[in-house]
Amino acid sequence: MSATEAATRVESTNASSNTQLSKVEVRNLDFYYGETQALRDINLSLADKSITAFIGPSGCGKSTLLRVFNRMYALYPGHRAAGEVLLDGQNILAPNVDIASLRFRVGMVFQKPTPFPMSIFDNVAFGLRLSRRIARAELEQRVESALRDAAMWDEVKGKLGEDGRGLSGGQQQRLCIARTIAVQPEVILFDEPTAALDPISTLRVEETLQGLAEKYCIAIVTHNLQQAARISNVTGFMLMGELVEVGPTAQMFTAPRDRRTDDYVTGRFG
Amino acid sequence: MIENSLPTDTPHIRRQRAGEQVFRTATLVAALLVLVLLGGVAIALLKGAWPALSTFKLDFLTKEVWNPVTDKFGAVAPIYGTLVTSLIAILLAVPTSFGIAIFLTELSPRWLKRPVGVAIELLAGVPSIIFGIWGLFVLSPILQHSFQPWLIEHLGSIAGVGVLFKGPPFGIGILTASFVLAIMILPFISAVMRDVFETVPDVLKESAYGLGATTWEVVWNVVVPYSRAGMVGGIMLGLGRALGETMAVTFVIGNAHRVSSSLIAPGTTISAAIANEFTEAVGDLYTSSLVALGVLLFVITFIVIAAARLMLMRLDRRAMSTV
Amino acid sequence: MSRHLFRKLVNVLALALSSLATLAGLAFLGAILWTLLKNGVAGLSLDLFTQSTPPPGGSGGLFNAIFGSVVMTLLAIAVSAPVGVLAGTYLAEYGRTSRLSSVIRFVNDVLLSAPSIIIGLFVYELIVVRMGHFSAIAGAVALAIISVPVMVRTTEDMLRLVPQGMKDASTALGAYKWRTTLDIIYPAARSGIVTGLLLAIARVSGETAPLLFTALNNQFLSTNLNAPMANLPVVIFQFALSPYKDWQQLAWSGALLITLSILLLSIIARFVVSRLGAGSGRT
Repeated sequence: MSATEAATRVESTNASSNTQLSKVEVRNLDFYYGETQALRDINLSLADKSITAFIGPSGCGKSTLLRVFNRMYALYPGHRAAGEVLLDGQNILAPNVDIASLRFRVGMVFQKPTPFPMSIFDNVAFGLRLSRRIARAELEQRVESALRDAAMWDEVKGKLGEDGRGLSGGQQQRLCIARTIAVQPEVILFDEPTAALDPISTLRVEETLQGLAEKYCIAIVTHNLQQAARISNVTGFMLMGELVEVGPTAQMFTAPRDRRTDDYVTGRFG
Repeated sequence: MIENSLPTDTPHIRRQRAGEQVFRTATLVAALLVLVLLGGVAIALLKGAWPALSTFKLDFLTKEVWNPVTDKFGAVAPIYGTLVTSLIAILLAVPTSFGIAIFLTELSPRWLKRPVGVAIELLAGVPSIIFGIWGLFVLSPILQHSFQPWLIEHLGSIAGVGVLFKGPPFGIGILTASFVLAIMILPFISAVMRDVFETVPDVLKESAYGLGATTWEVVWNVVVPYSRAGMVGGIMLGLGRALGETMAVTFVIGNAHRVSSSLIAPGTTISAAIANEFTEAVGDLYTSSLVALGVLLFVITFIVIAAARLMLMRLDRRAMSTV
Repeated sequence: MSRHLFRKLVNVLALALSSLATLAGLAFLGAILWTLLKNGVAGLSLDLFTQSTPPPGGSGGLFNAIFGSVVMTLLAIAVSAPVGVLAGTYLAEYGRTSRLSSVIRFVNDVLLSAPSIIIGLFVYELIVVRMGHFSAIAGAVALAIISVPVMVRTTEDMLRLVPQGMKDASTALGAYKWRTTLDIIYPAARSGIVTGLLLAIARVSGETAPLLFTALNNQFLSTNLNAPMANLPVVIFQFALSPYKDWQQLAWSGALLITLSILLLSIIARFVVSRLGAGSGRT
């Protein structure tokens, strides 16, 4: 199916998307790597219980934008953000915000599956154990619930004690998803989550994402236009650090307002 | 001002933050300890050497006398011995290591590469005292009975060069020590050179081969120029090792505080002198002179090793950028 | 002769020489190991491991020397391993690009190649002179100072090999750096760090010069850390230089013991530990 057909299909199953409250709001966001400006004056909203996709050519800043939402850039000196990013109305870029606890509320799944060097159970429980002391019974229950949401429970319930690195690529990625949702964040960020996976695993991860969208606010960066069209409610197109256009996915793929968006989604450049 | 209600102050989070501070400080302290160590070594050595250095001043570097009875000490003989043995060792070891490294990277069939390479690395870990006792019990009798008489007979009478080979064949002495030293640093320099040769990108070599170059021409015209900095760095590290080597030479150097033009004569090196005499040194000036020798060794090796490391660092940086 | 033929001849000559060099190098080293084996084995017996070093002309073993070496090496590693691992952690995780780290790395590499006899002198000035006598503690300190740079270097190298994605994933879950390091990075780099540990032990086992003026030697078995303690390298040194055949035999056997343990440690480090680490299901 073409991108536009897929987009129309998603549109009809998420008709209520335009009545959601905005979970995350970005106002006048600039981002700098040292002297270079990577993001210019970004303004947008992420709606709760929906999927917002960011598309654009390599180097357009979509991953940079994603990493602002959980302040991953704080790891690197010289990277700084200016502007406001509001989570439920509070600015997470404020200096006195505890970054570690921010990440309990905003989770991230990366492109390359990275299971920790420990058992499957411990992998999923890792984030939980960080946040507070949890009784074993509750821990087991939350691990199972997370694995179920990630559509993994049936596959691994008999081998929770095995090392996470023994799973296949697609399973590892879903393990990482389970690990992220175990702490029950409110927002989940996905940075090209299926780029390193085969087509079948990709489809299973996409199904998982659509299931998660019923409970979480999801932002996904992808270079796969069909994927964005398949699963997202809202799509934002970025080019050279600017958010060129953002809108309902169906409209973005069939009748975008900006000429550059149209060029990109129809494949005239990429 | 927007009220910040993201959890910042639960006891669990406070504990995490405290843990972070503790751990971070601990690693910093441990890292700074490395600097303190170097400084401490320099200071302690200077303190111990001070009596000798202040008594003899520059004479320490120029006088050959070494007399515990009259308490007069000069470091010329040990310095000379250290420099000469290391130089000869390098002259012997470097071409051989070069040959071994070429063999390992260009010549040897695949199934041989790993075993020989591993053998070289394991041999580089054999402690120097082994080489020392081998030199004493095996090499020096051989040299004494066959090689040195041969040298004296055939080269001792040639004008100019002959003076290097005059004197009775003791079997131990500068030449023997140089041999043992050369064999000892051989695995080390071979391993470093092989590592450096392996960083040459295959595409570079393939381009040369594609133009019809022989293996030797590729090595000489492509591999060597590319690895020049690494080779020099590796050689200098080997030199640093040879300069500071104690056990390999102590057994066979002969422990004579004399500068002699003949290579067959006994002599001493800085580290051999310290090793042989320290525990029996009586008198503050004697001990202090030995520590002063240590200071000299420290300075010499520091310069050589620092220069080598700087060259190797430059090689690393270049390798990163051309890949 | 034609240019082409000349080039071919040069090539053959050069390659022949390098093969010769390899043969010569391996031959010499093989000869040394063979002599070591031959002479050392001759003295192998149960007594070697149960009796202490004898006076000249008597019979005995190397028990006190082996004991002393093991004790001092373990003490040294017990001190230098934590320091080395922590310092390496700083260089790899906290100060990766800072100026201070570059300086520390440089100084560490210099210390790594520094002559060990200088470390011996340093500890002599620092501890033996202060305490007024030689001791096993001083010996252990000297060995510790020699092994710290080794641990720092291997720890930093191994920690850097842990994929950045794994560290990012842990950070994204809200872990502070110390939790990521303790729970994720150390386990991931575990086999590499253990390899470094084994190699540090191997390096330190053969060191003679630093022990010469710190722990000295002791004819008898001693468990007193505050007194001179027998150790293999110094015993070999003294016995080899002596004129007594019995002592020289013990020196050869001791040398064989040291070499075998070092080779064993190196082989275990390179082949067993690395395999174990890599074999835990890396895809």
